[in-house]
Amino acid sequence: MARVMAVTGNEAVAEAFRQINPDVCAAYPITPQTELMQRFAAFAANGKVDTEIILVESEHSAMSACIGAATAGGRVATATCGPGLALMWEMLFVASGMRLPIVMAVVNRSLSAPINIHCDHADAMGARDSGWVQLWSENAQEAYDNTIQAFRIAEHVDVRLPALVCMDGFIIGHSITRIEFLEDELVKGFTGEYTPLNPLLDIDNPKSFGPLVLTDQYHEYKYAQHEVMWTKVRDVVLGVAAEFEKVSGRRYGLFESYRLDDAEIALVILNSAAGTAKDVVDSFRERGVKAGLLKPRLFRPFPYAEVAQALGGLKAVAVLDRADSFGGYGPVFTEVCSALYPLAKRPAVINKIYGLGGRDFLPQHAERVLKELEEIAQTGRVSVIKEYIGVRE
Amino acid sequence: MGETVEIRWHGRGGQGTVTAAKVLADACLSGGRYVQAFPEYGPERAGAPLRAYNRIGVKEVRMHCPVLNPQVVSVVDASLLDTVDVTEGATDDAVFLVNTAKDPQEIREKLKPKPGQKVFTVDATRIALEAIGRPFPNSPMLGAVCRVTGLVSLEHLLEDVRKSFGKKFAQKIIEGNLEATRRGYEEVKEG
Repeated sequence: MARVMAVTGNEAVAEAFRQINPDVCAAYPITPQTELMQRFAAFAANGKVDTEIILVESEHSAMSACIGAATAGGRVATATCGPGLALMWEMLFVASGMRLPIVMAVVNRSLSAPINIHCDHADAMGARDSGWVQLWSENAQEAYDNTIQAFRIAEHVDVRLPALVCMDGFIIGHSITRIEFLEDELVKGFTGEYTPLNPLLDIDNPKSFGPLVLTDQYHEYKYAQHEVMWTKVRDVVLGVAAEFEKVSGRRYGLFESYRLDDAEIALVILNSAAGTAKDVVDSFRERGVKAGLLKPRLFRPFPYAEVAQALGGLKAVAVLDRADSFGGYGPVFTEVCSALYPLAKRPAVINKIYGLGGRDFLPQHAERVLKELEEIAQTGRVSVIKEYIGVRE
Repeated sequence: MGETVEIRWHGRGGQGTVTAAKVLADACLSGGRYVQAFPEYGPERAGAPLRAYNRIGVKEVRMHCPVLNPQVVSVVDASLLDTVDVTEGATDDAVFLVNTAKDPQEIREKLKPKPGQKVFTVDATRIALEAIGRPFPNSPMLGAVCRVTGLVSLEHLLEDVRKSFGKKFAQKIIEGNLEATRRGYEEVKEG
């Protein structure tokens, strides 16, 4: 029997970590951390998990300690957000380059300056190119479910890469919603025992770790990372999702297609704002407008072919980004355009930047964008490709 | 009330307003309902005006933004009536509940509700002082919200208050809060 409770997104992911009971968790205990690690540390202090908690002096050290523990052969989890993830940046590449299946919860927050602790996606988008698998979550239920699946994806023998699971800071992380927790035994059975590959502590078979690799082989190491991200991860994500559906009844894919089948216009939007936008899509549908929505779940690797197939037949698409690449387009926009470019016939695509530093994404924002898409679909004319919305005058 | 009930709480930091929204969400889980409870996060200071929100729905609640058009407005600190427009965005059939010792008619004149809107008062601070010995109006306000919305039964709410407070407080405080919740439920007046 599933347990139905009202908890925060942070508590939900801490509960997933409790059920999975990782060997080691290294974390930096003050701001910019969230209640997630505090909850998990309480489980450890109260003997609910066997996890060794390592409190370190910075987020850079947190990831370094995770890398050490994972290299030794442990199942390792951690959590961070905002500037904490930014400070880990150097070590993110070490974790993926050493093929260590560390799972990290990222409670999305903005980056300074000015100082702001609220939600946007600048943190995880900054980690986009670090070789980590990225799963994004609309709500606490998805964050919990994605966390459980992330261990299976990261540890899969065809993958062996670190994975991060994103949820929106405050909006999901700190807000209470209804959630269905799976039984402990079921989660333990689903994630299974962890078998490390080539653990450092296998002292009968000594190996080298973190060697210097210069012009002779570095390129090949990166090719290997490219190949697994490009060809293997998608199938593993789908396989794990299919198994997860059997135990939970909840279905996950590479992305969520919402009312897209016969849609002419659509929004592409990550995380919690997708929920708000779905309600608005429904109201446009009630007026007879063929509107839909695509919510990416697997952002790295990005499922280009599948997204192209889902959006290719539409007339106009707006990609909403909660992060900016200053002087460029938003990070989700560039992916969607890359996916669509190979098609002979493709929709007009526009980019809206919204919600930075926790600016509320309101139904009227989604309405405005959908109305603009209706007009583009009729006239075929795009006036502005990239635009900020919700800006105060 | 419709498929999703939206509630806006107005309080001041330190009065337990956010806790009240959380306890209400928990109590409303019954019957397979979907719930949300979240505060508007800003600099957290005792005495500063704050808002908290609830959404209670029979279907999955997907809206993840502040409540703009509440059907229920719960004002935990009546001094906010002078500085905050608590009626802003409220639906035409909204219910206002104000913690005050004043006559509900007087509050009605102050709020100037639309014809379909209702005004209730409860002297939650006095009830809290008498039942708990401290001026935390959140438990009586919870009881009053439960009464004016009919979202959950009083028995169910009391069970939840016991559960929520039981994690943190001594038996005497829990009993006081249960009494305060019950009295809040019983002493609501319509203006």
